[in-house]
Amino acid sequence: MKLIIAIIKPFKLEEVKDALAAVGVEGMTVTEVKGFGRQKGHTEIYRGSEYTVDFLPKVKIEIVVPDEVAGKAIEAISKAAKTGKIGDGKVFVVPIEEAIRIRTEERGDAAV
Amino acid sequence: MFACLACVCSLTAVAQTPPAAPTTDERLAALEAYINNGDPGKSLTGVAGPGHNAWMMTSTALVLFMTLPGLALFYGGLVRRKNVLSVLAQCLGITGVVAVLWWAFGYSLVFGKSFNSPYFGGSEYFFLKGVTSAPNTDYAYWVSHNVFAMYQMMFAIITPALIVGAIAERMKFTSIIAFVTVWMFVVYFPLAHMVWGSTGLMNGVWNGDAKITAIDFAGGTVVHMSSGWSALILCLILGPRIGFGREKMAPHSMVLCMVGTGMLWVGWYGFNAGSAVGADGIAANAFTTTTLATAVAALTWGAIERIFRGHASILGFCSGAVAGLVVITPACGFVDSTGAVIIGVLAAVVPYLACTKLKAKFGYDDALDTFGVHAVGGTIGALTTGFLATASVNANLTGAPAVKNGLAKLVTSGGLWLAQLKAIAITLVLAIVATVIIAYLVKAVIGLRPTEEVERQGLDINEHGEEGYVT
Repeated sequence: MKLIIAIIKPFKLEEVKDALAAVGVEGMTVTEVKGFGRQKGHTEIYRGSEYTVDFLPKVKIEIVVPDEVAGKAIEAISKAAKTGKIGDGKVFVVPIEEAIRIRTEERGDAAV
Repeated sequence: MFACLACVCSLTAVAQTPPAAPTTDERLAALEAYINNGDPGKSLTGVAGPGHNAWMMTSTALVLFMTLPGLALFYGGLVRRKNVLSVLAQCLGITGVVAVLWWAFGYSLVFGKSFNSPYFGGSEYFFLKGVTSAPNTDYAYWVSHNVFAMYQMMFAIITPALIVGAIAERMKFTSIIAFVTVWMFVVYFPLAHMVWGSTGLMNGVWNGDAKITAIDFAGGTVVHMSSGWSALILCLILGPRIGFGREKMAPHSMVLCMVGTGMLWVGWYGFNAGSAVGADGIAANAFTTTTLATAVAALTWGAIERIFRGHASILGFCSGAVAGLVVITPACGFVDSTGAVIIGVLAAVVPYLACTKLKAKFGYDDALDTFGVHAVGGTIGALTTGFLATASVNANLTGAPAVKNGLAKLVTSGGLWLAQLKAIAITLVLAIVATVIIAYLVKAVIGLRPTEEVERQGLDINEHGEEGYVT
C-alpha cells in the first residue's frame, strides 16, 4: 500500500477528484493548507502599508491505495492538477505498513 | 403689598384679553414663510413645520446611522480580527457617554446663549430644560427645539468616535471613555459654540458680532479637524502598536469596511443636507454637492492607485469616498456643483499623499488613517471653502448678520480664505494643546495602554469578554 500526498492548487480539486475516481480511487481526505515553494507569496497593499503574504492557500489530498493502483493514481493527479505555471504543487509517495477499516476490522488492501 | 396685588390683577386682566386673531394676510404670510423656511411672524409662532421637522428627524437618524453601525463597521473591518469588537464597543460606549453629557450640559454649552460669550453657550438648557417641541428661533423657525438638540447630539457623538481610528487596537476601553469625557468639555463644546452658536466667535453666517467671519456648513473644523488633529496627538502619545512595521496588520475584513463606507455615505446626507436645518433649497444644494464630491473622490483615489500601483483597491475606493465626504462637509451648503467636483479631486489627491507618503516618512502609527483622512481632509475642506463659497447657492452668505460682521464683503470681493485660515489655526491649537493635556492627565490617573500580553492576545477577549468570530 502507498500513501499518496498531493499538494495542489485549490481550484484544481474537482478535476483531480474526478480523475482519481476514474482510475478507481474510492476515497480521499482533503485539507485546506497554506504554504510556499518556488512560487513564493504575493504583496498586498492597504493604503500606505505593504505586506508580503508568504503563505499561499493550497489543498492537500491524502489517499491510500494498493501498490498496483499507485502509479495510475499519481499519473491521474499529475495530469489533472497541471497548469504548467509555477505553483502547481507536488506529489509525495510513502509506503504504508498497515490499514484497518474500523467498522469491519478488515486489514490491508481490503481496508483501503 | 397693595401695589403688588394691583400688579397681579392687571397682569391677569391682560392675560384674559384674547389676542387679536391674525389677519388672513398674516396667516398667508406665515404659510409662505413655511415654504421659504423663514420667519412665520405673528401667526404659527411656536409651531413646528411638518416637512422641515420630518426631514430633520430623518437626518438625525441618518447621522446616528453614520456612527452605528457605519463608522463602527468601517473601522471594525480595518482592524485585525482579534480587535474587531473593541472598535464596536468603543463606538457604542462613546455614543452612550456623549448622549448623557449632551443632555446634561453639552447642548446648553453649545447652543445656549445665557453666558453671552463667544466661547461658551449658556446654562439655560442644562438637562434640556425648556427644550420642547416648539422651535428655538435662534436656530430654526420650523424645526422642533428637541429635534434640533437630538440632531446636533449625533454630531457630538460621531466626532470623538472618529478618534478611535488612530488609536485602534492598543488603548484601554476605560481610558478612551475617560479621555472622551474630558475632551468633549474642553474641545468639542467650546469649538462647536464658536462655529455654530448664535453668539459664537467664528459663526460668520449667523452671528453679526462674530470676530472671525469664517464659515463651516456641516463641521469641517468642529468635527473633522478637531477629531483628526486630536487623533494624531493621542496616537503619538500612545505610541505604535506592538509589532508595528514588522508584523502584518492587514484589515481582517474588507467586506465589512465596504459595508460601513456605504452606510457612511448614505448617513452623510443627513449630516450635510440636514445641516440646512430645514428641507429647503440650501439642503438640496448640499445634497447635490455631497454626492458629486464623494463620487469624484472615490473614483480619483481608485484611479491614482490603478495608475501608480497597478491595482484599484476596495480600500482605495472607500478611502476616497470618505475623504470626499470629509472635504465637502464644510463647503457643501456654500459651493456649486463645479466647486464640488474640484473639491472631489483635491479630496482624493491630498489625503492619498498624507496616508501613503507623509505617514511613511514620519512613521507614526495612525492605525486607520484618522489623521490622514479627517484632519488633512477637514483642513483642506475648510480652506477651499474660503475660495469656492458663493452667495449664488446660499443667500445667507450675504444676509443681514453677514453684512454686519463683514462676511458678505469677503464672499463677494474675495479674502474669505484668510478668515478660514484663522478658524483653522484656532481649531488646530485648541485640539492639539487640549489633547496633550488630557492624554497625560488620563495616563497619570489610570494609564492609557493595556498590558503587552493583553494587546498581543487581543482586546476583544480581555477587555470585553467576547470574540468577534466564534470558531
